[in-house]
Amino acid sequence: MRPDRASVQPGDDVLLSGWGGTAPSRARLTTPLNDADVGTLLDAAPERGAIARGLGRAYSDAAQNAGGMVLDMTAMAGVHAVHLGRGIVTVGAGTSLDALMRWLVPRGWFPITPGTRFVTVGGAIASDVHGKGHHADGTFGQHVRSLTLRTGGGEVLTLTPETTPERFWATVGGLGLTGVILDATFDLIPIETSLMSVDEERCRDLDDLMSRMVEGDERYRYSVAWIDCLARGASLGRGILGRGNHARLDQLPKERRRSPHRFDPKPVLVAPPFMPSGLVNTLSMRAFNELWFRKARHRHEGTLQSIGFFFHTLDMVEGWNRIYGVSGFVQYQFVVPDDAQEAVRIAVERLSGAGTASFLAVLKRFGPQNPGMLSFPTSGWTLALDIPVGNPGLPQLLDRLDDIVLGAGGRVYLSKDSRTRPEHLAQMYPRLDEFREVRAKLDPNGVITSDLARRLAL
Amino acid sequence: MNDALGSPQSVLCLGGGSEIALATVRKLVGARCRTVVLAGRDPGALTTPAKELRDLGATTVETVAFDALEVASHDAFVADVFSSHGDFDLVLLAFGVLGDQDLAETDGAEARRIVATNFIGAVSVLVPVVQALRKQGHGTIVVLSSVAGERARKSNFVYGSSKAGLDAYCQGLGDSLVGTGVRVMIVRPGFVHTKMTEGMAAAPLSTTPEVVADAIVTGLGRGSEIVWAPAPLRFVMSALRHVPRAMFRRLPV
Repeated sequence: MRPDRASVQPGDDVLLSGWGGTAPSRARLTTPLNDADVGTLLDAAPERGAIARGLGRAYSDAAQNAGGMVLDMTAMAGVHAVHLGRGIVTVGAGTSLDALMRWLVPRGWFPITPGTRFVTVGGAIASDVHGKGHHADGTFGQHVRSLTLRTGGGEVLTLTPETTPERFWATVGGLGLTGVILDATFDLIPIETSLMSVDEERCRDLDDLMSRMVEGDERYRYSVAWIDCLARGASLGRGILGRGNHARLDQLPKERRRSPHRFDPKPVLVAPPFMPSGLVNTLSMRAFNELWFRKARHRHEGTLQSIGFFFHTLDMVEGWNRIYGVSGFVQYQFVVPDDAQEAVRIAVERLSGAGTASFLAVLKRFGPQNPGMLSFPTSGWTLALDIPVGNPGLPQLLDRLDDIVLGAGGRVYLSKDSRTRPEHLAQMYPRLDEFREVRAKLDPNGVITSDLARRLAL
Repeated sequence: MNDALGSPQSVLCLGGGSEIALATVRKLVGARCRTVVLAGRDPGALTTPAKELRDLGATTVETVAFDALEVASHDAFVADVFSSHGDFDLVLLAFGVLGDQDLAETDGAEARRIVATNFIGAVSVLVPVVQALRKQGHGTIVVLSSVAGERARKSNFVYGSSKAGLDAYCQGLGDSLVGTGVRVMIVRPGFVHTKMTEGMAAAPLSTTPEVVADAIVTGLGRGSEIVWAPAPLRFVMSALRHVPRAMFRRLPV
């Protein structure tokens, strides 16, 4: 039977978790097909409120709402308007960067992209995502010209950084808590080719790695380092620095110049649907990290890599989050100011010392902070790592790292957070009260909420 | 909310005077827990542990009257405590009586008291607790069972059978709740040195409330369904389970 198109379906009760697979909760999952549906659903939101959800790549509970409603925004996808001459596009909030890039890259344009293409534009704004290019290009939100927001209070607002700066910058990085983003208009980056020209360097320890990043990052639009968290002693913090720029047409081999914008990424592997917990352990990670480190040559310049390989390495393994098993994993990401290199060293030391397996520890230098009230990136060093849960000492270890980060004037990334202490929030995000004021005005009855908002008392 | 590492922010403790429960709650308050409701027969006796929890950093600690035997009051009790405190991330069911085995073998009232508290009282309060947790869409129920329920022994089969009933109920309950966001963790301690066992000869592998509390906290972090305390009891009991009856009844346990 064909479902009734006249009104939005009531949805089903489902168990939802973030990408890390921890702390699942049950909610009514509804699927709005258009702006009117979002309004209908929010007007009839249950007592425990509603939150928008995209592709579920937030690591923890940002797009969950226990006992309430969750709006699956992925049906609200598609290009609404485009001015390719100027590199501006308007898309539905549920549009994935994957779909968008498959359409844009062959036309010579590129969006700000995080480490995965499988995020929606609405999610990218709500988390104010960054990528390897933050030091040069800033966050996704900084490229947004305007967005349409359906608030919990019932309004449909067009927000821009010029006309409505408070509400705009509360929404950018606002974890979806100012309302449901319906669509967004943003700027794109012109690219001559769909390939990256990449330089890779093997760095013997953390000092070596960090000093090379300080010296050379400005020569590259994109830069990120991978750290072997299991290396100790003299090679503590050894890693591989990978930096690159969009390749120019003249850098391509002749045969590739005829189709310089070819883009058709595919997953090369699919993780098995079920894995027991505990396979990712210190031993298996040590072997993996050793291989990864050895595979990089000491110095390698001008390698041509695909966009998928350079930016979205893990997307090549579909469902890679499952390798951590049913218990799941947490991602811990913090940023500390430029002068707090020591905090990064202590964090790497503590994690190496604890023998805590990490699939990837990623180090990057951020550029300046934007006006987003809860936007994560601030000028300085950011370290991100995945840790499987289940190790009894892990809560205390991460609490101690929080203390070090706070002491250094840093913060953790809320879209990834799954365990920080709510009492630290105001210190990490000094504009929290401003955010709360804007949110209270937009949503006087508290319709919009999430598990993350409850857990951190946002 | 429970965080990714199994730390709750709010706990309802049924049987707030239980030493295992208090040792557990102290550890949880040391992590993320800020709201604690201690429910017990005599709330006045809970003021000292309540103060201690406040000193440890809990911001809201309340003591309320709850009697496992007053089954008619359980629905209203649960409705009340959830409506005045909002979500509970963790409900710790810790009440129970050991009773007098010798007396219970001849006195129906004593046998009924043990079963009515440990099994009927627990089931009676779990029904509305489960409804409340299902409604909030998340939460963990931790139930103190016992190794005595794993295989009934002649020396304490009244207590043992009451815990066996509770344990079996909670296994089925846990399976029925898969997909609801609510989960059940069964804790099977061995001989624990508490006021309940004061004066009794300690069994092998006897343990303390602190050890059981640590096992509970670790189990919460791992998302365990069954926790043994101390852990080796799991293997001891899986062997004892298969000992033939004729031999089992002669064992000095």
